[in-house]
Amino acid sequence: MTVPAVVLLVVFNYVPLFGLVTAFQYYDPLVGVWHSDWAGLEQFHQLFGDPLFWEALKNTLYLSFVQLALFFPIPIALALLLNSLLSERLRNFIQSVVYLPHFFSWVLAITVFQQMFGGAGVLNQFLRAHDVGIWNVMTNPHTFALLVTSQVIWKEAGWGIIVFLAALAAINTDLYEAAAADGAGSFRRTWHITLPGLRGVIMLLLVLRLGNALTVGFEQFLIQRDAVGHDTADVLDTFSFYYGITTGNYSYGAAAGLFKGVISLLLIWGANRMAHAFGSDGLYRR
Amino acid sequence: MTDTIAIEHDAGRAGATTGTPNGGRRGGRRAGRRTARPLWEEPPTAAGQTAKGLTLGGVLAVVLVPLWIIVVTSFSTPGAINRAGGLVLWPDGLTVEPYRQMLGDPTVRTALLVSLGITGIGTALSMAVSVLCAYGLSRSRSLGHRFLLVLLIITMFVSGGLIPTFLVVTGLGGYDRWWALILPSAVSVFNILVLRSFYSETSTDLIGAARMDGAGEWRILWSVVLPTSRAVTAVIALFYAVGYWNSFFNVMLYMPTDSPKWPLQYVLYTYVNKGNSLPGSLNSGFGTAHAQTAPLSLQMAVVVLTLVPLLIVYPFVQKHLRTGVLTGAIKG
Repeated sequence: MTVPAVVLLVVFNYVPLFGLVTAFQYYDPLVGVWHSDWAGLEQFHQLFGDPLFWEALKNTLYLSFVQLALFFPIPIALALLLNSLLSERLRNFIQSVVYLPHFFSWVLAITVFQQMFGGAGVLNQFLRAHDVGIWNVMTNPHTFALLVTSQVIWKEAGWGIIVFLAALAAINTDLYEAAAADGAGSFRRTWHITLPGLRGVIMLLLVLRLGNALTVGFEQFLIQRDAVGHDTADVLDTFSFYYGITTGNYSYGAAAGLFKGVISLLLIWGANRMAHAFGSDGLYRR
Repeated sequence: MTDTIAIEHDAGRAGATTGTPNGGRRGGRRAGRRTARPLWEEPPTAAGQTAKGLTLGGVLAVVLVPLWIIVVTSFSTPGAINRAGGLVLWPDGLTVEPYRQMLGDPTVRTALLVSLGITGIGTALSMAVSVLCAYGLSRSRSLGHRFLLVLLIITMFVSGGLIPTFLVVTGLGGYDRWWALILPSAVSVFNILVLRSFYSETSTDLIGAARMDGAGEWRILWSVVLPTSRAVTAVIALFYAVGYWNSFFNVMLYMPTDSPKWPLQYVLYTYVNKGNSLPGSLNSGFGTAHAQTAPLSLQMAVVVLTLVPLLIVYPFVQKHLRTGVLTGAIKG
């Protein structure tokens, strides 16, 4: 019964894994992977001397950091807020609204942002009507990191609360009652009961976020690259695409992809080690 | 691993790491949730309630107001759009003309059919393959199930990446073929693990009884396991369907830029996001003043069109979302 799924995974996941040898070749689509000339580490040599590559790496890490700092706390805060609501119906209604953007495509999400903040969007419509000039958020490279992070927040923060709501529901309510009987106010109850109750989930998400530090989203940058310029919007994944596929320089792109894959594995392993050191389970147990 | 998968995956593990005995398991059930204020909790202060209300109102507005504006604009007359100087915030002259025009456009019509086709066929295929695989793996005595499980999980951490996958798909002749938009992403290991953990939970008594009655594996899957896990099946089907409906990059990768086989998301991208005109009647919309780009209302109608299928399905699946997301990979 598992055969169809395994066949698909082998063809589209394991065969490409073998295809990573192209990173050590001068891959030529006309002769294929079996007959292309070997390049040794030449592709990597070239990659590490490429200022565009370093720029993409720098952008990736910077965006990752901004996302971690600005995005990460929001689902936690929202979950706490929702959890404090007494009306089940209101809670369900708000949940179904905030989950919705998670199911939008990036094209759609960015179109929505464009219509609100773009040159012809609602914001500038308002500014023009009041003669305050134009402020095109969508094409400004200086605020790009904030723009893409707010897009991620708009699209995914609501969805992110599911995990925290479940963890909150799992906290034993007797603890709150006992604490209240001992005279702990609502702030102290949050600090001493709620937050420790969320600790496991928070650690897990942090580990995953750190492990995925080199992945900051792909289509989001692909779509907006033309508007802000490649020096701001190129991240490692789009680098592989633009300098590997659109130029036909497949081996070069594969080398960039392999670099990212290897570092990501190391990051996941390292982040997990760190979680263990803090006494948390992390992604997998020891 | 895409963001979506990562988040869903996190969600799946949550129960395991918090050491939840029951909470979150088999979703839906809200253990320990209250609807009345417990005696020990302080009565709310007016300032606190106001701040809470304002914050939540703000959150709702951030999601809903842009969608409202887009929908209103899509139904607006050229006059209303002129008076507003662009997007229309409040209905001021409504018409269905943009929709009539959009559905009369051959490019949009084809794209709609392509999108519906890819989503329908893709989801059916993905579900068939995933349900079979998950059921096979959930029978712990089945042949080599440990090995196969590891084989699956490895793909969540290691992948060939963009270029090797591209080379394999094009090497198999996938360029400019619809299957290239379906097969490479047909299997989601995360989804299989979610299904599997549900199937492992199906009462062994029930399965034993069915087997006593002479039911084979197929019969058990179809008549015992599937009917007892409708909620999770619906959620996973939604995940797959949304993935296919939203697929965009694959089109960029495997379809030539002037293909008549574009799905809807790509039309949205070219036509609204980049503001290009399409071959077809769209750009000759409302009079000659907008000869270059199509009228705003028409553009917004395309946006709404990509939303409609989601909004039709969402209410039915929405209440089960917790179920599917939280069960994932607890044992994975």
